[in-house]
Amino acid sequence: MSGFTISGGMAVLPGNPDAVRQDILVSGDVIAKKATGKKRLDATSLIVAPGIIDLGVFATDKPAFRFGGIIRAALMPDQSPVHDDPATIRFAALKGKPDFWVHPLAAATRSLENLKIAEIALMKEAGAVAVSAGRCWIRDSGLMLRLMHYCAALDMPLVIDAEDSSLTGDAVATSGETATRLGLSSAPSVAEALAISRDILLARESGAKVHFRQVTTAKGLQHVRQAKEEGLPVSCGITPAHLLLSDDAVSDYRTFARISPPLRSQEDRAACMAALADGTIDVISSGHSPQGPEAKRLPFAEATPGMAGAETLLALTLNFVRDGAIGLGRLFELLASNPAHILGLNAGELAAGKQADIILIDEDAPWQIDSSKMAALAGNTPFDKLPVQGRVVKMMKGGKVID
Amino acid sequence: MTSPEKPQADRFPNGSDAFPHKHLLGISGLQPWEILYILDQAEEWVALNRSGASKHDDRLAGLTIINAFFENSTRTLLSFEIAGKRLGADVVNMHAAQSSVKKGETLIDTAVTLNAMRADAIVIRHGSSGAVQLISEKVDCPCLNAGDGQHEHPTQALLDALTIQRRKGPIERLTITICGDVLHSRVARSNIFCLKQLGAEVRVAGPPALLPDALDRFGVETFSNFEEALPGSDVVMMLRLQNERMNGDFIPSPREYFHLYGLEEARLALARPDALVMHPGPMNRGVEIASNVADNLDRSAINEQVEMGVAVRMACLDILTRKARRVEGWS
Repeated sequence: MSGFTISGGMAVLPGNPDAVRQDILVSGDVIAKKATGKKRLDATSLIVAPGIIDLGVFATDKPAFRFGGIIRAALMPDQSPVHDDPATIRFAALKGKPDFWVHPLAAATRSLENLKIAEIALMKEAGAVAVSAGRCWIRDSGLMLRLMHYCAALDMPLVIDAEDSSLTGDAVATSGETATRLGLSSAPSVAEALAISRDILLARESGAKVHFRQVTTAKGLQHVRQAKEEGLPVSCGITPAHLLLSDDAVSDYRTFARISPPLRSQEDRAACMAALADGTIDVISSGHSPQGPEAKRLPFAEATPGMAGAETLLALTLNFVRDGAIGLGRLFELLASNPAHILGLNAGELAAGKQADIILIDEDAPWQIDSSKMAALAGNTPFDKLPVQGRVVKMMKGGKVID
Repeated sequence: MTSPEKPQADRFPNGSDAFPHKHLLGISGLQPWEILYILDQAEEWVALNRSGASKHDDRLAGLTIINAFFENSTRTLLSFEIAGKRLGADVVNMHAAQSSVKKGETLIDTAVTLNAMRADAIVIRHGSSGAVQLISEKVDCPCLNAGDGQHEHPTQALLDALTIQRRKGPIERLTITICGDVLHSRVARSNIFCLKQLGAEVRVAGPPALLPDALDRFGVETFSNFEEALPGSDVVMMLRLQNERMNGDFIPSPREYFHLYGLEEARLALARPDALVMHPGPMNRGVEIASNVADNLDRSAINEQVEMGVAVRMACLDILTRKARRVEGWS
């Protein structure tokens, strides 16, 4: 078996708050206790970290994953066609090869119409790692409870986009000063907490493992915090947008800032930052949803929600480390080890026996986010023109360097 | 809210300093003296419009104005058309029903097409908030917002301000109550911005489900009980309630709405004895306003609002085309 040593770098190791100088040994496709070859890979002045596991993307966008250091991406089921049968799951899982892992999420219901439960067990055998109703919350509580029971029996985590659709309706913004000034149809932020609280009650009832893909409000985070204190298998995620932007970013009707759930108030944004620091938030994902001009060069309410986030995920989140909000160790729990744990993947940590999915990062490398020069399928980023620092200089999947 | 500072010596600065904006997208973003400048200019057009048979001033002769209406309108379209024609411009109306918008053309492609036809001003109404701003970013000529979604309808607020000012004097001393479906009303938004900028005390009344969030941030006092808002009001401005909101989603029925929020004589008596009644039209008689109140010429300024609309739109078209017409000081 071939092997090599990544030497001279600062490694992000499980349990360590900061990176430490340590060589990482790779044997075959896993991280090893002993190196099996004499080859060395020089990582001097670089950070050696687990490859990012992006829990919740809407497109398999390899150039963007490559730029962003994302080796594994959990693909949402709301595709065309919907990923609601074993064949589409198997096909989607192949699309990442050979350089990336795409882990498809199984549609919770047939055609995501949220009327009838889909063939989750067969999709699990075909490679689905979790279940999701996509961007749509399941309004029917009876269906949701039956779905949770079914997922619990199959030991499949349920990924939920939680916003009560009877409150959100056709809203494109969060109720508040900005929505009122711009005349945008809006919904109160409590729509999120309402959906989360019901689903936590049903999770307690059913024993299902539940991951709320994006929790973006103070009240929603409070429900998650309490559920965790109670010991329920509940986790939650967020994207950099809700940590870094509030709803004033949609002033001037910038459709690149039209995302789902919509941007929140400054108070909610501050609550998200606090939840990032206190450990309530488990995952930061990109929510990668590239949308071309035909979907974005429209009046605000007519534009498709979503942002291209894959290639900016690492650079934006390194800001939290630089600002002292969290340590580098915690950042890679959010970006890699927690998503791996939630999805049941043997990856996400630089520990012996784990898959050797590794990225080397030049944390100081300066660059500017530029929507016209993105590697992604489209450049719809709300962070256009923002100067950032931190780039992936090398990545390897299962011990094999990806060019 | 600070009261507007009027430059007293000459009242207004010379040339384009008096109104340094290329477009009229909304009242939000205008300074009090800029609003007053438009009202001042409009006064001259009121005089012309009342001057007898010939109401022509051909200063816009040779200019092409396109009224691009993506949403149906009768009175606003007619008012803009008359305003343009009285100034001598060639006015063309584009109705969405007849346009390529129905064939799936994007709004930006439509805007670029209108631009290629070398319009000198485009007046736009669209059903989506922010659509007029989007178009204005893609064309070379001035754009006038004739109503975009639930965002703004600036010329309506200007004509309302002109009407109030002519009847009541300076707006900064007045208390003005706006009643109705503020949530879905671009007229209400523009009026709130305009009247607050001019220093009025603005009260808003309506069913809570039809009042938008955070109105207090705009310096407005809100009331769910219309009768509590009325005492001391110099002006009572009623908003139109769309039929589709009266079927139980927002309001149980028109008659229950009238019972709580309809402006009838007994309720109007709670306001100041000389309080002015206004409505942007078209009215739902018996829903938001009683006929005898609407038709009381001593109190109701509803017809005068329509008259002021033409004058205000003439002023806006004149001011915004001055640069293209190379009027001295406006280059």
